[in-house]
Amino acid sequence: MKEFVVISGKGGTGKTSLVAAFAALAGKVVLCDADVDAADLHLVTRPRIVETHDFVSGHEAKIDPERCTQCGLCRQRCRFGAIDEAFRVEPLLCEGCGVCAHVCPERAVKFLEKTCGVWYVSNTVYGPMVHARLGIAEENSGKLVTLVRREARRLAESRRMDLILTDGPPGVGCPVIASIGNADAVLAVAEPTVSGRHDMERVLALANHFRVPAAVCVNKCDLHPQGAHEIAEEARKRGAPFLGFIPFDPLVTRSQVDGRSLVEYGETLVVRSIQKVWEGLQALLEENADGALEPFEDTPMAWDRAQA
Amino acid sequence: MILGIASGKGGTGKTTVACNLAAALECSVVLADCDVEEPNAHLFLKPHWDVVTPITLDVPVVDAQKCTLCGACQDLCQFKAIAVLPETVLTFHELCHSCGGCALVCPAEAISWGSRQIGERRTGRRGPIRVVNGTLRIGEAMAPPLIGAVRQAAADIPNCAVVLVDAPPGTSCPVVASLWGVDYVVLVTEPTPFGLNDLALAVAAVKKMGIPCGLVVNRCDVGDDRIHTFAHGENLPILLEIPFDRKVAEQYAQGHLLVDVFPEWKTMMQGLYKAVVRELERASSGASPKEWGAAPETREVSA
Repeated sequence: MKEFVVISGKGGTGKTSLVAAFAALAGKVVLCDADVDAADLHLVTRPRIVETHDFVSGHEAKIDPERCTQCGLCRQRCRFGAIDEAFRVEPLLCEGCGVCAHVCPERAVKFLEKTCGVWYVSNTVYGPMVHARLGIAEENSGKLVTLVRREARRLAESRRMDLILTDGPPGVGCPVIASIGNADAVLAVAEPTVSGRHDMERVLALANHFRVPAAVCVNKCDLHPQGAHEIAEEARKRGAPFLGFIPFDPLVTRSQVDGRSLVEYGETLVVRSIQKVWEGLQALLEENADGALEPFEDTPMAWDRAQA
Repeated sequence: MILGIASGKGGTGKTTVACNLAAALECSVVLADCDVEEPNAHLFLKPHWDVVTPITLDVPVVDAQKCTLCGACQDLCQFKAIAVLPETVLTFHELCHSCGGCALVCPAEAISWGSRQIGERRTGRRGPIRVVNGTLRIGEAMAPPLIGAVRQAAADIPNCAVVLVDAPPGTSCPVVASLWGVDYVVLVTEPTPFGLNDLALAVAAVKKMGIPCGLVVNRCDVGDDRIHTFAHGENLPILLEIPFDRKVAEQYAQGHLLVDVFPEWKTMMQGLYKAVVRELERASSGASPKEWGAAPETREVSA
């Protein structure tokens, strides 16, 4: 079984639209939406939810005003400034470390398990899908990502399906780290802008750091053709296979509005370009199975310093 | 005033709005780029950097001579950052939240503090604009403390009329760390299903933090009227609408500031700022929020 993850450094590059298109091209796959912070894949795959589960993770402190003598020990020890003047815990600042509960001489701090979100198993026309919704302004998105990926893997095993397509979150932080570990390959989708190039280089450095093979494609390439070519060149220079250019097309927005995959609109240029990227990706997964593809070498911080 | 610029979803134009707003305001302004995972504002503002500061977190260091392997630190640690084995103690610094609990509970006083670098903070300037950003070390998961360091440096710059905080996408910890304590949030969105889905989450997060907010609808002509319907329902003011313009997208792609290329962008950004000030005045005077449907401050962008 193989899992490949589409990431991008920055949001809005077209990850989700691409994943939906790949799913349509692949036929039967297990879909996994690892962008739990702002999940969008469900908007274009029309899932029918078959299972709903609470995501319980971490703890949150709560002070019982009846028992609290306002001695101030908890406030003094809290390194996150989460306990206010009136000895109430601000949930948005509480990290759930439990120090306040430990130091309280009156045992006035309740340290309760926290429900941080919900995760779902759904059916879509392309195959089963695991997705989630992190609670508003909640923590532990990395843990929820790990959970949805584990469930997707379990689902793929039980249904004997050999491909998992994962829609990754933006950035290079905690949720992305949780998204790419042990993946068979990642595809970094870049935009041909100065920021797109910057983000692509950081995301490739991340893939390299965790030794996951990465490939690159450029979306909306015609908005800045020269920039698109520079990104392709930069990717190759870093040893990441370049899989193709995808033009800007209002059809992509249209497909979102209609809630349909791009592939359903027939053989347009944008669909043909995506098809080419998809073929490259399949070849990459094959190659990787034989151990032919090595993660590339890179020195992440050095590049950023040079920019400064 | 501290003004947050956020979006729920990435790629809607947060950084474009933040950078061009900073350049259009004719007053002392600080731009704090809190998207430490992918900082981009400097690519457009091209500041001259003055100071680079490594940002570190405190992490526990166990003195094996003093440690009795009692296990109290492991029991307290909620983040699995410390493991007591039969003959030794292992610490996993990348999981540590620096809560200080392990040292607090250690009966043998065997734990002292070391430090671990999570990234760098830079401060610099471009003319009257001061720029602060953070760059998270690749492979590092703890963005919020670095974001806190960026916000702190921005707050420490004296005689500054406006602080613009460019927030990362999403609604979880990094966004909360970025927007904590700001006076107003401008949410940049686009009228597509993805845009609306993520905007709804962002609005809920901003409301949970108790911060007033308004919308900038970017590429307002590419989708449908769903953002307007939502704004109406939530009683959110639409502060500015920006139509899609290929020429603007091309200039952005090359790293140009739009206020430098298109003079109308300067007027538009100043209009946005005025709209925010008006919203804040309205809120402080206790009047009801701006009537929805009133014409946004400026709109047409000729190419």
